[in-house]
Amino acid sequence: MNNTLIKLCSIDKSFDGERVLCGIDLDIHDNEFVTLLGPSGCGKTTTLRIIGGFETPDEGEVLFEGERINDLPPYRRPINTVFQKYALFPHLNVYDNVAFGLRLHKVPEEEIATRVREMLEMTGLKGFENRRPATLSGGQQQRVAIARALINNPRVLLLDEPLGALDLKLRKDMQNELKRIHNATGITFIYVTHDQEEALSMSDTVVVMADGKIQQIGSPTDIYNEPVNAFVADFIGESNILDGVMQKDRKARFAGQTFDCVDGGFAKNEPVDIVIRPEDVDVVPVEKGMLSGTVTGVTFKGDYYEIIVDVGGFKWMIETSDYVAPDAEIGLYIEPDAIHVMKKSEYSGKFGDYSTFSEEMDWISDPDKEVSEDEETTLLS
Amino acid sequence: MKKRLSFLERAAAVPHLVWTLLFIIGPLLFVLYFAFTDNDGAFTFANIAHLSSYAHIFFVSICFSVVATAFCLLIGYPLALAMARAKPSTQKLLLVLLMLPMWISLLIRTYSLMTLLDNGGLVNSLLRAMGLAPWHMVGTGGAVVLGMIYDFLPYMVLPIYTSMTKLDKRYLEAAADLGCNPCQTLFRVTLPLTAPGIFSGITMVFVPSISTFYISQKLGGGNFDLIGDTIERQFQYTSTYHIGAAISLVMMLLIIASVAIFGRFADKEEEGMLA
Amino acid sequence: MKTLSRVYMWVIFALLYAPILVLVIFSFNKGGSLASYTGFSFKWYGELFRDSVALDSLKNSFLLAVFSALLATLIGTLAALGLDRMRNKMLKSAVESVTNIPMMNPDIVTGVSMMLLFVAFGAILGLRDTLGKATMLIAHTTFSLPYVILSVLPRFKQFDKTLREAAQDLGCTPMQSFLKVELPAILPGVLSGLVMAFTLSLDDFVISHFVSSPDFQTLPLYIYNQTAHNVKYSMYALCTLIIVTILALLLVINFAGDFGKGKKRKEGAKK
Repeated sequence: MNNTLIKLCSIDKSFDGERVLCGIDLDIHDNEFVTLLGPSGCGKTTTLRIIGGFETPDEGEVLFEGERINDLPPYRRPINTVFQKYALFPHLNVYDNVAFGLRLHKVPEEEIATRVREMLEMTGLKGFENRRPATLSGGQQQRVAIARALINNPRVLLLDEPLGALDLKLRKDMQNELKRIHNATGITFIYVTHDQEEALSMSDTVVVMADGKIQQIGSPTDIYNEPVNAFVADFIGESNILDGVMQKDRKARFAGQTFDCVDGGFAKNEPVDIVIRPEDVDVVPVEKGMLSGTVTGVTFKGDYYEIIVDVGGFKWMIETSDYVAPDAEIGLYIEPDAIHVMKKSEYSGKFGDYSTFSEEMDWISDPDKEVSEDEETTLLS
Repeated sequence: MKKRLSFLERAAAVPHLVWTLLFIIGPLLFVLYFAFTDNDGAFTFANIAHLSSYAHIFFVSICFSVVATAFCLLIGYPLALAMARAKPSTQKLLLVLLMLPMWISLLIRTYSLMTLLDNGGLVNSLLRAMGLAPWHMVGTGGAVVLGMIYDFLPYMVLPIYTSMTKLDKRYLEAAADLGCNPCQTLFRVTLPLTAPGIFSGITMVFVPSISTFYISQKLGGGNFDLIGDTIERQFQYTSTYHIGAAISLVMMLLIIASVAIFGRFADKEEEGMLA
Repeated sequence: MKTLSRVYMWVIFALLYAPILVLVIFSFNKGGSLASYTGFSFKWYGELFRDSVALDSLKNSFLLAVFSALLATLIGTLAALGLDRMRNKMLKSAVESVTNIPMMNPDIVTGVSMMLLFVAFGAILGLRDTLGKATMLIAHTTFSLPYVILSVLPRFKQFDKTLREAAQDLGCTPMQSFLKVELPAILPGVLSGLVMAFTLSLDDFVISHFVSSPDFQTLPLYIYNQTAHNVKYSMYALCTLIIVTILALLLVINFAGDFGKGKKRKEGAKK
């Protein structure tokens, strides 16, 4: 787990003059399950393709066990890929698809037969040897793609949104399956997705990317609990992000009040972003609350209610297990350790207010343009 | 996504480029050269000017082709419609039936039609057997036009049929839903949406009709000279190559112009369909 | 309404096939009349097979079709590969439209223009009889080329580029990935181009009429000469044989086409 297998050093990449990667530095260790997470267009797939050898970086170095592999073509790299739409060869049956890599390496046919059988057993594809890819379901094609890559015993397996084409139920099953295969083989997995839930539940390390830059690298809990900026806080889970000022260590002022918190190390009166997760806010009677506001929306979510509360014009999202009537006046109580303080960044002020709340907020294709302008205008009005 | 191209990938089109220059562009340049020179190789407009004496041939050819094309459309459109409405399993058979004549040599088809219509042919012997007067057909303009219709009808039907099968059935349902009776649906929805097929059918019938010489030789009995016959005759003797080249050039320009006009219509329709 | 359209359809088809059918039936006629059928006989077939000129032209047609189809398929497939990889969009569309000229131009103009080229070149090189085998091969290859390209190029365009990456990911060199993955995918297009070129060459009369000489006759040229003046009954037999051959070929092509389409439909349904 400790030795660095792949190292990316200040990678830059542009397509037709448009910068898609900008100073990417990343260490990937042996046995690690790393997920590159970000909205579409953030550069995660390009990063993966550079590791796979399908793109060459304009600047920077790709090192594999300390050796520079920038110009090594994909077929010379001990790396295999599970492609987004599987890319199974339509003219070959399942057996021949899986055996493809071994045949190229002139492995004897008897050995191929044994290894293909083992691999098909491991991926639950026994009995499908003679089927053509076109006759398989999405989940089965997915398994063939994994088997075809893994049979070559690669040092690293790259997975480019492999579950994107599957339905929700199947996706959950395949997540467990992939985790199991990762544990069983001990191969380093580099996984690309835009689904934060998938990233948090599967990975050892999550790399959050936006606008061609790495925003944060960390374990899933770190990323969720200690987001470094407003982008990460917004992209991972739901969050209320407010403008605040750090009056001094462990004293943050926002929403017109001063709160006790657990963070420190900021300059005196430094402007900051404050993140408070919806499940960390308690609903209390108005007189007991640190803040109070009017409930403007209530949505039943099964095991909790999601309510939107207007506190002095800023809309908070709160998750609570008790029903609250719309238009009710309620108080809000926040524990000191529920308040997370972040440095200001280019993403400050772009997220966090739920007055334009919609499901699309989960999946912003271009966070710079339309959405932010919309939000600013609603904030002003 | 710039990929390094292998030598094979870069050089692959070269033989074709050379071939195209030599045997497609080259010959056309020679047509130009011959059309504008005399027997001594001197530049002249005489060949083009001489074409005025062929004006009536151009006129007859155009008339025959236009009439034949119009009949092909009138006969072919309902045929394509009927084919498109048949059961899918039948449609397969119908398509083979439609394409088979296209693959049989034009010579054979024209020849078989001629032997049928000839004075000593089956039709006239049947007429005679029924005690009717024989019908002198071969050698008339009607027979030439009939030959064009017979030979080129499949070329009209195929593109129209193709555009009909591509037509989304929901448009027809939507039209019915909005109150069109079947006839109104045909004229307001099906016809406009299959216009690209119609235009390409028109080109595919008009071009071979106006340039044919075998049909007029066989079914016209030598009484009708069309552009094709005239060109063919000029190239039997070296001395008339120049005038033959001039006629070819003019016919080619005529066809390019009409195809371009129809092509523009077809394209516009397609764009309209996309939008 | 439905019956009416069905009746109309079958009447038109009957009219379309009547002359051909009459010709086929009368090729087995014992007598030498077009007007009355006097009994079944293979007489005209016998006469046809004793006609050495007919057999020669059949051989010429076949060999010419094989060689021109192979040549056109080779050049055309390479051209499609080159066009697919070409990055210069202007050049690409220019090449594509020039290639299509023989397809758009009336055959007579193509034939006449090539004849002028060959005759002029012959005159420059001081040859007496330029027209013949070689010019026929060139002409047939030229008019088949656009059809080959038309049938191969879409296969390249439809080819899923990630399959190429997948092959390289699994250890193929670019050449291996072309041979093992891309070629099998475009092969149906190459084969249908080959068959198309073959049949076009067999069928062509107009262009051959201008670029060949009396020493090199193909079947259509032979038919043309035979039908120029008086009717020869052995031509009925010949035409019948050709029609049967074409029917068989068409069924094969249709079957092969169905196979490819069926596969594609299944793949489409999965998406």
